[in-house]
Amino acid sequence: MDLAFFYFLILGFAIFMYVLLDGFDLGIGILFPWFEEHHQKDHLMRSISHVWDGNETWLVFGGVILFAAFPEAYSTILSTFYLPIMLMLFALIFRGVAFEYRFKSDRSKPWWDFAFSAGSTVAAFCQGVILGAIVQGVPINAIELSSWIWLTPFSILTGFSVMAGYALLGACYLYMKSRDDMQQRASRYARTLLILILLFMLVVSLWTVVAQPEIRHRWFDGINFFLLSPLPVLSIALGYTTWVSLSNVNHESRPFWCVAGLFLLGFAGLVVSLFPYLIPRHLTFMDAAAPDSSLRFLLYGICIFVPLICGYTLWGYRVFSGKVEDYQEGY
Amino acid sequence: MELDVAILSRIQFAFTVSFHIIFPSITIGLATLIAIWEGLWLKTHNPYYLQLAKFWIKPFAITFGTGVVSGIVLSYEFGTNFSKFSELTGAVLGPLMAYEVLTAFFLEAGFLGVMLFGWQRVSPKMHFFSTIVVAIGTWISAFWIIVANSWMQTPAGHVIVDGKFEVASWFEVIFNPSMPYRFTHMLMASFITATFVVAGICAYYLLKKQHLNMAKKGLSMCMWIALILTPLQAFIGDMHGLNVKEHQPIKLAAMEGIWPAEEENVPLLLFALPDMEAEKNHAEIGIPNLGSLILTHSWDGAVQGLKSVPAEDRPNVPLVFWSFRVMVGIGFGMIGIALCALVLRRKNALYHNKPFLFLVSLFTPTGVIAVLAGWYVVEVGRQPWLVQGLVRTMDVVSPLPPERVLFSLTLFIVIYSLLFGVYLYFMRKLIKKGPPSMATLEQQLIGMKAPGYALAWVKTLNHSEQGEK
Ligand code: HDD
Ligand code: HEM
Ligand code: HEM
Repeated sequence: MDLAFFYFLILGFAIFMYVLLDGFDLGIGILFPWFEEHHQKDHLMRSISHVWDGNETWLVFGGVILFAAFPEAYSTILSTFYLPIMLMLFALIFRGVAFEYRFKSDRSKPWWDFAFSAGSTVAAFCQGVILGAIVQGVPINAIELSSWIWLTPFSILTGFSVMAGYALLGACYLYMKSRDDMQQRASRYARTLLILILLFMLVVSLWTVVAQPEIRHRWFDGINFFLLSPLPVLSIALGYTTWVSLSNVNHESRPFWCVAGLFLLGFAGLVVSLFPYLIPRHLTFMDAAAPDSSLRFLLYGICIFVPLICGYTLWGYRVFSGKVEDYQEGY
Repeated sequence: MELDVAILSRIQFAFTVSFHIIFPSITIGLATLIAIWEGLWLKTHNPYYLQLAKFWIKPFAITFGTGVVSGIVLSYEFGTNFSKFSELTGAVLGPLMAYEVLTAFFLEAGFLGVMLFGWQRVSPKMHFFSTIVVAIGTWISAFWIIVANSWMQTPAGHVIVDGKFEVASWFEVIFNPSMPYRFTHMLMASFITATFVVAGICAYYLLKKQHLNMAKKGLSMCMWIALILTPLQAFIGDMHGLNVKEHQPIKLAAMEGIWPAEEENVPLLLFALPDMEAEKNHAEIGIPNLGSLILTHSWDGAVQGLKSVPAEDRPNVPLVFWSFRVMVGIGFGMIGIALCALVLRRKNALYHNKPFLFLVSLFTPTGVIAVLAGWYVVEVGRQPWLVQGLVRTMDVVSPLPPERVLFSLTLFIVIYSLLFGVYLYFMRKLIKKGPPSMATLEQQLIGMKAPGYALAWVKTLNHSEQGEK
């Protein structure tokens, strides 16, 4: 039971790291069409071409943690969401190879531009759809497996929310990594997206609370709302800080971290709504947990390697600190 | 025609994993070679090593990138298409794959950025270190995934509780009976594959009379490596085969085309057309008793044959039989090339013998073909089992609507074909373009703030230009 809870936390950590890290580089891809000129597009690609692979590894990590620690949840979720997952994987393929080929191509460049931006956008959208469908509840029996249960107005809404959220992260990352014209553009886009994302958060929260009695009780019964009120209040405060610091180039990394905080709060809200379920109303993390012998074996690895990974990832980012304009030609 | 989701899922998995393995088998060896060249450059200051490293890092990057995107698909496919399988074996395979991510994928990805883009941002030594880490990362990755696969071939260290696998001893799971052989054989296979890719391109340059100094260095080095690794690979392969005979006798019978329940005086078949209906071979050409000699190390040793189990427990014999011959054939071809190179070297004709250079450039893709053939022996030979003797493949596929799998399979075929075409196109483009010129490299060195190397640079250049005349 305690081990299972630890893995629940690790899973959350992996998902959050993925959303934060791949979020900003998918976001760059989503914003891509809004930058028209060639050198601007180059700039966007170069700001992330050295980190996207590491960022995407968190997706693989999340997947295998689910596989190793909660096999039943892994097999149910993946086979139920077969189509959106496959679409996401196809999108990630296009986007991934675009990094390698775009700089080496001349005539085919517009195609790679398209593969990169469409791939990023579709991948983000699919992730949002899957998230929304999980929140709504996953059918367990095989007959429903064949239905299109994951495609609902709500999951489409969450699809767009995740897209907007990633784009916001991307804009804030760009704000930190660029100068002058690019930076101002990033700031403009970030502000629009910030408003959009706060609206999305509001609508999604209200929708779940109205449509799902369990979640409503979780938030509003007794003193719960009182205890949980810091979440919405802090979100508004962070949104405000982001807005303000987007006009102050002396704090060029602050918007990114504020938005990261905003994501963390949204994520915490999600956990509050769903805990202790991995698949709402069907499968709790306790019931899905793998046997202790497996969880204990992996525990050592996690305790040793996750801090190491965080360490050298940080080092990697430091090697490429500073503005993209200062990067020299690649390899 | 009735669509069968099990067949479709199997085809899809076989197709996607086959596509994936093409790239790791090149990157594992190539990362190692690049690390060696960089190390030699730092040690000897000979700029041609740097030129080799800087040239091959580009093909490496696109190969690696394609390997990554096709690999991510696989780690999800266990759940999407084989949901029952992942539920049954998740407690065993999950942690192994999680260790792969923790100890290998993050490591590769974390240092790849520096390896590819960091030349001007870290010192040459630090760059060398990053390259080594990437190379070691690819080995570790191979280790864990081979452990997982070997456990499916020769399961050990598990107990079955309520129909699901649990681990009794992780040591036995990891060091299962076939793992040491499969891991060494695979790692060597990757080194050999990359060696022949590099050698093939260098031979091509020599034929075209381009980039001569670099090409000579590359070819010579690769032929030395091949001379050591290819015979060793045949030796390891032989031991691997004996291990298969012990643990998966039916697979071995399929590899050798042995039908009688028990056969003595087994010949070594060079050619045959195994017929699964008639349960015999047509058009056999073989060397009498050599099979017994190799497999049992005695003249008339007996070997278990396919008819010792019911027909539904046999794999697809012709596929296993022929894949095995393709791999071994290529293996001996490679040994032959390495020996030729030795002879030509003695005659000082290694760089000038046109037929030889042509042959070597023809061998460029054969490593990949041998790797694929080898995996087909291993995987098809294991059927109908997914976990040897315990889980049948047909029982554990996801109950998906077949059209859905047909849809994704079609998309995979279209997208991967496209991707492969693009990959070949860009490889060709990079090879046509050739390595960065000495002048460019020198410019970059200045950017790298490594003045100590400049002097050695000029000296070596003068020296070798005289050599070229
Ligand atoms: C012997 C080697 C080998 C084999 C048999 C496999 N792989 Fe692989 N894989 C690698 C060797 C490798 C590698 C060398 O580590 C790669 C190749 C290129 C690369 O970028 O890393 C890789 C990449 C790679 C990635 C992306 C890693 C990243 O994000 O950086 C994933 C998720 C997988 N693989 C998963 C799998 C699965 C699920 C397999 C089996 C069904 C599999 N691989 C077979
Ligand atoms: C990378 C090299 C590999 C190649 C080329 C390969 C090839 C294949 C092929 C051809 C099949 C189909 C057999 C059949 O259905 O007749 C298969 C099945 C399978 N392999 Fe592999 N394999 C590889 C590695 C692995 C590894 C490392 C694992 C697991 C850790 C694995 C797991 C499976 C599974 C689960 C199946 C069952 C699906 C099926 O029967 O098609 N494979 N593989
Ligand atoms: C020259 C003699 C060779 C022999 C006798 C040999 C033997 C074998 C055997 C018996 C297997 C099957 C193991 C099983 O079914 O579990 C195998 C698999 C394999 N072979 Fe070979 N092999 C040879 C050469 C090569 C070469 C040259 C390559 C590639 C460059 C290669 C690549 C592979 C691969 C990738 C596998 C599957 C993975 C593994 O088992 O490691 N082999 N080999």
